[in-house]
Amino acid sequence: MKKNKTGPIAEAIQLEKIPSGIKGFDDITGGGLPKGRPSLVSGGPGCGKTLFAMEFVVRGIADYGEPGVFIAFEENIDDLKKNFTSMGFDLDDLVRHKKLVLDHIVIDRSEIEETGEYDLEGLFIRLGAMIDNVGAKRVAIDTLEALFSGFANEAILRSELRRLFHWLKDRGVTAVVTGERGDRSITKYGLEEYVADCVITLDHRIMNQIATRRLRVVKYRGSIHGTDEYPFLISSDGISVLPITSMSLTHKASDERISAGIPRLDMMLGGKGFYRGSSILVSGQAGTGKTSLAAQFIDAACRRGEKCLFFISEESESQLMRNMLSIGINLEPWTKSGLLKFHAIRPTAYSLEMHLSVMLKLIGEFRPQVVAVDPISNLYPIGDDMQVRSMLMRLIDFAKSLQITGFFTSLSNDVDTGTYGIEPTGMHVSSLMDAWLILKNVEGNGERNRAFSVIKARGIAHSNQLREFVLSAQGIQLLDVYKGREGVLFGSARMAQESSEIIDQLTRSEEIERKKRDLESKRRLMENGIAVLKEQYARDEEEMKILIRQDISREKVAEQTKKKIAIQRHVDRRPGVRREGG
Amino acid sequence: MSTGDPECAGRGDERMQPVPKTRQKEMVKIEEPAEDAWILRLYVAGQTRNSLIAFDNLKKICEDYLLTKYTIEVIDLQKNPQLAKDHQIIAVPTLIRKLPTPVKKIIGNLSNTEKVLVGLDLLRVK
Repeated sequence: MKKNKTGPIAEAIQLEKIPSGIKGFDDITGGGLPKGRPSLVSGGPGCGKTLFAMEFVVRGIADYGEPGVFIAFEENIDDLKKNFTSMGFDLDDLVRHKKLVLDHIVIDRSEIEETGEYDLEGLFIRLGAMIDNVGAKRVAIDTLEALFSGFANEAILRSELRRLFHWLKDRGVTAVVTGERGDRSITKYGLEEYVADCVITLDHRIMNQIATRRLRVVKYRGSIHGTDEYPFLISSDGISVLPITSMSLTHKASDERISAGIPRLDMMLGGKGFYRGSSILVSGQAGTGKTSLAAQFIDAACRRGEKCLFFISEESESQLMRNMLSIGINLEPWTKSGLLKFHAIRPTAYSLEMHLSVMLKLIGEFRPQVVAVDPISNLYPIGDDMQVRSMLMRLIDFAKSLQITGFFTSLSNDVDTGTYGIEPTGMHVSSLMDAWLILKNVEGNGERNRAFSVIKARGIAHSNQLREFVLSAQGIQLLDVYKGREGVLFGSARMAQESSEIIDQLTRSEEIERKKRDLESKRRLMENGIAVLKEQYARDEEEMKILIRQDISREKVAEQTKKKIAIQRHVDRRPGVRREGG
Repeated sequence: MSTGDPECAGRGDERMQPVPKTRQKEMVKIEEPAEDAWILRLYVAGQTRNSLIAFDNLKKICEDYLLTKYTIEVIDLQKNPQLAKDHQIIAVPTLIRKLPTPVKKIIGNLSNTEKVLVGLDLLRVK
C-alpha cells in the first residue's frame, strides 16, 4: 500500500506519520503510525497482535527500506520464523542481510530471585545494541507485558516502562508495543497510560459461529482517525484492514455508457445502456433469469474486451457455464482468454467480513472492469441487515472508486404469490444501487411467465414499460407485452392475443383489398366509357370538318362553273356584282 | 571496585588473582575448578549506585557465608552490550551463579542477605 493519504482524514494530518505497510490500516489512520513514537497494540490471545507487530517491521524493511528490530517475549525465534515463513516472510533472509534483528527475551520467574533495587538497564542496552546493529527505524516489542510476570516489584517495573517509552522516543524509532487485553482496561497492566500517541485494539469475536476480527483506533493524538471498528483479515499475505472507503463519497462519475448485452434493454435505458462504474441490482424470484441476465451482461463486457470477475455462490463455475450455454451464452472463450474469472464459494464458508476482504483482494489483484455477484441475498444468512448492507456498501464504494461496474443479483422471497413484491424483506440494499431491474413471475392462463422492468436508473431516462423476459436458445429477449382491454398478457396468452390480432388484421386488409379492386374496375369502366365517348365525339367532329370542307369545295366548283358559263355566254360585267375567284 | 575489569576475590585461596576479563572463560576451563568451586557473575551497567551496592553486598556475603573458594566476575554490559542478549540479561544488577549447577539467577542490589542466601542455596550453610 504505497498511497497512504486517502480520503478526508488525510487532510487533517498534523503529526508526522509513517506508513505501517499494513493493508488498509494506513487509510483509516490517515497515513500510518506516528513517526518516531511508540504505539500500543492491544488485544486478546490469538487476535493478531504479533502479526501486526511483525508485519509493521517486515513491511517497513521490504516496502520502505527501514530496518527493524523485533523483540519477542513469548515466542522463540525459531517458532517465529516458522510462523512467518508460512505467511511469506523470509525472516532468515532479512536477518542475513542485516535488515532485521530478532531477539527472544526469556523471563522465567521461577528461576529468578529478587532482592533489593534494580532497574532494566539490561533491556535498554540490549535494545540499543540491536537498534545500532542494523540502524533500525522500527522496533516491535511483543508482548511487553510479559515483564509483569517476570518481575515482582511492580513499582520498579512501572517506572522502568515509563523510562522505556521515553527512551524509545528519544531514540527516534517508531515502535509498536503489544499488550494483553485487560478486563476493564485496554491492557491488563495498564500499558496504555505510558503510550500517549496511538493506541489500537484488536478483537476477535464470534457471532453466529463465524469469527470476525476487528481493529479499532482508540486513541491517536494529534490526528483525526476513524473511530469505528474496522474488520480485518489475516490471510496468506498478512493483515488486511478492510478499507472503509465509504468514509467519503468522492468517486468520480463516468459519463461513459455500456451496453447491457441486450439491445432491447439498452433501448429501455435511454438507448445507450448503463453508466460505467454504476452499481446495478437485479432482483427477482427464483428462476426468473437473474443469473442469465448477469451472464449476458458479463458476456457483453468480455466482447468489449473488458475484464470481468464473477462471484458465484449457488453454482460451480462449470455448472454455470453449461447452463448459460443452453441459452446461447458461451462464456468459455472468455475464461480461456483470461478476461473472465470466476470465484465460487459457499457463503457460509466464512464470515461476511472475510467474504468482503476476499472480494476486495481479488478485485485488487485482478483489476476487472466489471464485477458481478450472484446473488447477494446469499450473504443474508451470515450477517444481519446492517452488516450485509454495510458490507455491500463498502464493496460498491470500493468498486466505484476504481470505476468498476457492479452487477448484483438478489433473490426476493415471495416465490409463490406472484405478487410484485420485489425486495427481500429487511435488506434495503436498493438504495445503494444506481440501477434496479426487476424480474418477476407472472402466473396466469395456466403458466408462468417472466416480466421485466426497470425500477430505477439514476441519471438515465429509462423506459417505464413492462417487458416480457424470454430466455431462448439465442439468448435473452425482451418482448413487448400485450396491453389491451383484457389487461396485460404474457406468454401464450400474449401470443394468442397477438395471433388473433393478426388474423383480424388480415381479414381487414383483405376487405380493403377487395374494395380497392372493385373501385379500380369501376374506374376502369368509367374510363372506358369516357374513351368511347371521346372517340365518338372525335368522329363526329371529323365528320363535321369533312362536311364543311365538302361544302366549301362545292361552292367553289359552283362559282367556277358559273364563271365558265358566264364566259361562255359573254355576260357583261355589271357593277355591284361580286366577283369571286379568278 | 573497578567494574570495567573483572575482579576476583577469594577467601583462603592465595592463588586467586585478578584476571583480565577476556581470559575469564579460558581460565574457568583451564583451572578445572574443584567440585565445590563457585563461579559467580555479576552483570552491571556502568558504575551505578546499585551496581556498587550489589558488588559490596556480594563480596560480603561470599566472605561471610561461602566456605569454598569462589570467583566473582563482573561484567559491564555497557562495555559489552552483546552479552545482554547472549546471556539473557534484562535487569541490572543481575547475579548469576554459573557454578555449581544448577544456574541460579538473582536480580537486585542484593541488599536482602537472607534472600540472596536462599537464592544461592546457601541458607543451609548458615
